[in-house]
Amino acid sequence: MASYVLRRILVTIPVMAIVALFVFSLLYIAPGDPAAVIAGDQASPADVERIRQSLGLDRPFLVQFGSWLWRILHFDLGTSIFTNLPVTSMIAQRIEPTLSLMMLTLVLTLVIAVPLGVVAAWKAGSLIDRVIMAFAVSAFSLPVFVVGYVLAYVFALELEWFPVQGYTPISQGFWPWLQNLILPSIALGCVYIALIARITRASMLEVLQQDYIRTARAKGLGQRGILFVHALKNAAVPIVTVIGIGVALLIGGAVVTESVFAIPGLGRLTVDAILRRDYPVIQGVVLMFSFLYTLVNLMVDLTYTLIDPRIRY
Amino acid sequence: MSASTTSSVAIPPGLAIAKALPDLMLPVKVRRGVIGFLRNNPTVAIGGALLLTLVLIGIFAPYLWTVDPTALAPAKRTRPPSADYWFGTDALGRDVYSRVLYGTRVSLTVGLSVALLATLAGLAIGLVSGFVRWADGIVMRVMDGLMSIPPILLAIALMALTRGSVGNVIMAITVAEIPRVSRLVRGVVLSLREQAYVDAAIASGTRAPMIILRHILPNTMAPMLVQATYVCASAMIVESILSFIGAGTPPTIPSWGNIMAEGRALWQVKPYIVFFPAAFLSVTVLAVNLVGDGLRDALDPRMAKNL
Repeated sequence: MASYVLRRILVTIPVMAIVALFVFSLLYIAPGDPAAVIAGDQASPADVERIRQSLGLDRPFLVQFGSWLWRILHFDLGTSIFTNLPVTSMIAQRIEPTLSLMMLTLVLTLVIAVPLGVVAAWKAGSLIDRVIMAFAVSAFSLPVFVVGYVLAYVFALELEWFPVQGYTPISQGFWPWLQNLILPSIALGCVYIALIARITRASMLEVLQQDYIRTARAKGLGQRGILFVHALKNAAVPIVTVIGIGVALLIGGAVVTESVFAIPGLGRLTVDAILRRDYPVIQGVVLMFSFLYTLVNLMVDLTYTLIDPRIRY
Repeated sequence: MSASTTSSVAIPPGLAIAKALPDLMLPVKVRRGVIGFLRNNPTVAIGGALLLTLVLIGIFAPYLWTVDPTALAPAKRTRPPSADYWFGTDALGRDVYSRVLYGTRVSLTVGLSVALLATLAGLAIGLVSGFVRWADGIVMRVMDGLMSIPPILLAIALMALTRGSVGNVIMAITVAEIPRVSRLVRGVVLSLREQAYVDAAIASGTRAPMIILRHILPNTMAPMLVQATYVCASAMIVESILSFIGAGTPPTIPSWGNIMAEGRALWQVKPYIVFFPAAFLSVTVLAVNLVGDGLRDALDPRMAKNL
C-alpha cells in the first residue's frame, strides 16, 4: 500500500515536468512574434525589445527553461508585465472565490448527479429514466454562460431570490457566501452533473446485472440497501474516475462563470490578463490549474484502494 | 420412401396433434440506404436535419433578409425585437438578427475545421503510437502532460500569444483537442493488432503500411467518426467561450461569442442581445451531440444500451 502510494506520487512528477515544459514552450511554439503581439500594435521597437527581454526570449531556450524551472520550484511564477506584482501573490489574492466556487459545485454535483444516475439505472427504460437521460443530453449541450445567464435572469432579476452578481468572502458569514455562490455553482455544475449522472447510470447498470445483486434480493434486502450499499459501492471506481477527469470542465468553466457573475476570482484575473496581454499572469494561472488538476487525479487514483479493497498494488 | 409417408401416419387414439405455434419471429423489414439508416436512427435524423438547416442558414445568410452585420446605426441603439429588427439592435445599433445569422458561419467553420484537423492529427499520432513500440512510451507521456492542461486554459494561453483570427482560434482549439483523439486511436489500434486477421496478414508477409491501410484504418473509422462529432461540439463551445472572454475571433467578426460579449454589459436591461446568440449556440451544439450519440448507438451496439 505505502509503496503503491509512493510509486503513484513518483509517476506524477514526470507528468508535471512535461506540463511545465509544454506551458513554457508555448512562447516558442506560437506562430509569429509573441513579444510583438504582447506589446500591442502601438508599441515602439524599444518596448517590444523590453518585453522580449522580460520574457527571456532573447536567451537560448534551454538556458531560459532551466532558470524558469528553478524559479517555479521556488514558487516564483514571475512578475506581471502590467502591475509589476509577483504573479504568485496576485494568484493568492484571487484564489479564495475560485476555490469556493469549485468546492461548492463539486458538492452540489455529487449530491444531485449520483442519486439521479442511480435512480435512472434502477428504473432503466422507464419514463423517469428517459427524462433524466434527456436532461443529461441537453445539459451537456448547454454552454456554461448560457445556463448562467438564464439562471441569473430567472432567479436573480425576475424572482429576486438571489443576488445577481458579486461575491462575499466566507469570513463574512456562511449565508451571504452561499447566497452569492448558489447560482454560479448550479450554472457551472450543469455539464458536470450531466456527465456524472450518465456515467453513474452506465456503471450501475453493469453492476445491477451481477449475481451478488440477485443474491442480495433473494435474501430479502431492501431496494435502497441494495442500490446504495451493494451496487453503488461496486460501481464507484468509474464514477470517481470521471469525477476526477471532469475537474478540467470545472476549471475551464470557472473562468467563464466568474465573468458572468462578476466574481473576483482567478477567472477574472485570467480575463483581465488576456485583455492586457499580461502573459506571465496567464502562464502562472495555467500552470497552477494544471498542477491542481494533476494532483486531483493523483488523489482519485489513491482513493481506488479505499473504495475497492480488491485493488491492491 | 414415398412422399406420402409422413402425412398418412395414423394418429393413435387419445393423442392429438398440437396446433401450429404462432410465428414469434416477426418479419424484419430491412431498411437500406441513407433513408433507411435515418429511419432506424431517429436521433441522427433529427440532429442531422437541425445541423443541415444551420449549415444552409450559414451559407445563405446574405439572402435571408439580413443587412450588413457590421453596419453601425447609432440612432437606433438597443432597440427591442420588432418587425424591423427581428432580434433587436445592439449597443452600437447593429442588427442582432443579421449578426446572429452571420455568426453561424464562424461557429460551424471552427467546429468542422477543428473536428477535421484534430481527427487527422490524432489519427496520425495514434497510429504511430499504436504501431511503433519505442515511440509509444514517449508519445503517450507527452499526451498525458498535454491532457493535464485543461483544454480551455491551453487555448487561452495560445490565443494570448497570437493575434486574434479565426485561423488562430482553430489552431489553438485543435492543439487542445489532439491528445484525446490520439489516445482513442491508440487504444483501438492496440486492440486491433491482436486480432487474428492482422496476425494472418503479418504471417503472409504484408508490409506494415499495407496492414495499417487495409486492416487497421477502416476499423478505426467508426469510433473516429463518433469522436469527431464530440470534438466538433466541444470546439464550438470553446470558440464561443474564447470570444466571450475576449481571447477569440476579433471583435470585427460577428461570432456568437462576440455578440454575447458585447451584450454582456447590457444584459440586465436588454437580455435579448445575449439570449438569441445563446439559443443558436445551444441548438447547434445539441444538434451535433444528437448526431454523435445516434452514430455511437448505431455503430457500437454494445455501448448503446448503457450510456
